[in-house]
Amino acid sequence: MSLRIIWRKTVNVIMLSLTGLCALVTVSALFLILGCLAWKGATSLHWSFFTNLPAPVGETGGGIANAIVGTGKLLMLAALIGIPVGLLGAVYLAEFAGATSAFFVRYATDLLNGVPSIVIGIFAYTVVVIPMHHFSALAGGFALGVMMVPVILRSCEEFLRNVPRSLREGAMAVGASKWKTIATVVIPAASSGILTAILLSLARVAGETAPLVFTAFGNQFWPHGLNQPTAALPVVIYNYALSPYDDWHRQAWAAGLVLILLVVVTNLLTRLLLQRQAMARR
Amino acid sequence: MGTIATTTGPASAPSRVQVLLRRMRDGDEIAHLITMIFGASILLVTAALVYELWIHSADTRAAFGWKFLVTSTWDPINGIFGAWPYIYGTLVTTAVALVIAVPLGLGAAIFLSELAPPKVSSSLSFVIDLLAAVPSVIYGVLAIFLLEPLMRSTIQPFLKHTLGFLPLFTGPAYGFGFLTAGIVLAIMVVPFIISVSREVLMAVPQDQREASLGLGATKWETTYKVVVGYARTGILGSVFLSMARALGETMAVTMVIGNVPKVSASLFSPGYSIAAVIANEFAEASAGLHLSALIELGLVLFLLTFILNGIARVMIVATSRRGAGASR
Repeated sequence: MSLRIIWRKTVNVIMLSLTGLCALVTVSALFLILGCLAWKGATSLHWSFFTNLPAPVGETGGGIANAIVGTGKLLMLAALIGIPVGLLGAVYLAEFAGATSAFFVRYATDLLNGVPSIVIGIFAYTVVVIPMHHFSALAGGFALGVMMVPVILRSCEEFLRNVPRSLREGAMAVGASKWKTIATVVIPAASSGILTAILLSLARVAGETAPLVFTAFGNQFWPHGLNQPTAALPVVIYNYALSPYDDWHRQAWAAGLVLILLVVVTNLLTRLLLQRQAMARR
Repeated sequence: MGTIATTTGPASAPSRVQVLLRRMRDGDEIAHLITMIFGASILLVTAALVYELWIHSADTRAAFGWKFLVTSTWDPINGIFGAWPYIYGTLVTTAVALVIAVPLGLGAAIFLSELAPPKVSSSLSFVIDLLAAVPSVIYGVLAIFLLEPLMRSTIQPFLKHTLGFLPLFTGPAYGFGFLTAGIVLAIMVVPFIISVSREVLMAVPQDQREASLGLGATKWETTYKVVVGYARTGILGSVFLSMARALGETMAVTMVIGNVPKVSASLFSPGYSIAAVIANEFAEASAGLHLSALIELGLVLFLLTFILNGIARVMIVATSRRGAGASR
């Protein structure tokens, strides 16, 4: 073998192992994150952490019950906006829209998807907080809902398009109208895909902090009603992590662990759902 | 001919109405209308977003004009607003993030698309999707409690020792600052580079690889010169996409950048970013001009990401089309 071939083969091996190293570094980042959160957060996860209100400043103990309920409320409000608009928008794109209108709706969806979350927060502030004159769960839910729409819409559209043509034709052939075909054949056939899209979008907005800091704002107590400022899990993590108290740092780790478990479990669940569906298809 | 037309004309008109009525009864037209309203509402929300940003930033646009972007005094009490330190901080942290994330992400994408067996590739991709799903505040927590002490005690002194002759690595090692924020951003945008690049690389037709290997090129030469060369527009698209992500990223950056509106050549220096100043000051900005200035910053951020996302989409679509067209 000439020297040149040896050189080329050496470069080949070195560069290819470097790409493997890159993949390894990236993948291990996730396990590092999960490991650190489990290590630092698990010791603080007591039952009272989930059921108590935050303790007054300076006292140790207390929990994040109001933040968990608050995040639940915000997600419910977000789902009320995100699911109907996203799903029906997807039905429109996949089944009804002409080429021109589909282009515009799709373009707007992509544009909305790329808008930084903090800018969505500003939008919710100008549209909801300024007219109401105070921070509220409604404003936070609106911001999260706007963020959900593009995520749900684009993946639902794809799942609807993947429903085989023969199913539609079968329904039409036995005399069903178009919307009946969509409602009773196409959507049920795509249901597990739609479900995963909804779950993933909920998991994504559940961790959003930036659009909430000046819409839902935060609250140390149980909020009464939807037009009050509301605590949310990610905002609590943010505030506690930046606070000067060790006890709050400890709680930030624990709340972070709760949040990441929520995200990871949802993602695993959706992957299982999709795999089972793929197996059933075969 | 004429008589036929006149006789069919009135006869077909009611039948067209009947068709419409029948379709109304079936619900098709109504379903079309309802879904269209929801589709149109997305257009409306997007338009409203741009409109609100534009209207509510009118005060500072009128007061400062373009000078808003290039002056450095940010004084809410006296009502003087110049956003240059924030824009500078956003650009610097994004640049640091890309310098780290692009080689790392591209390497990993090459591994996943060219070397790893399909099963390994798909499960690693899932892990990388999970990494993309980690909320930004969690990155912030890890960065503030683990990365920041590490930067202060080990990494920054080391860089100063070895590369201290560059102006980039001078000054005291605080731990927080441009470099720390850039590193956190890099970890956050790597998943986007990987997943988009991997898809683009996988769209490269197989015969391109086979031809190159058949001519005696090594696997690496094939990958680097042929496959990556073929997919370079799409890869560049993924870089623009992650740049847009990095520009708008808020919480993790806010927690480690130091929040000092300062323009400094040193990456060790604390700084500030557009998204961070919005997050920190928005809730207590009561005076009209202050709020207007923050909303104008939001507008700047929106326009930057809008342009970058647009470029990215065109590039990625062009490459995928080319791949699909050639394989046919």
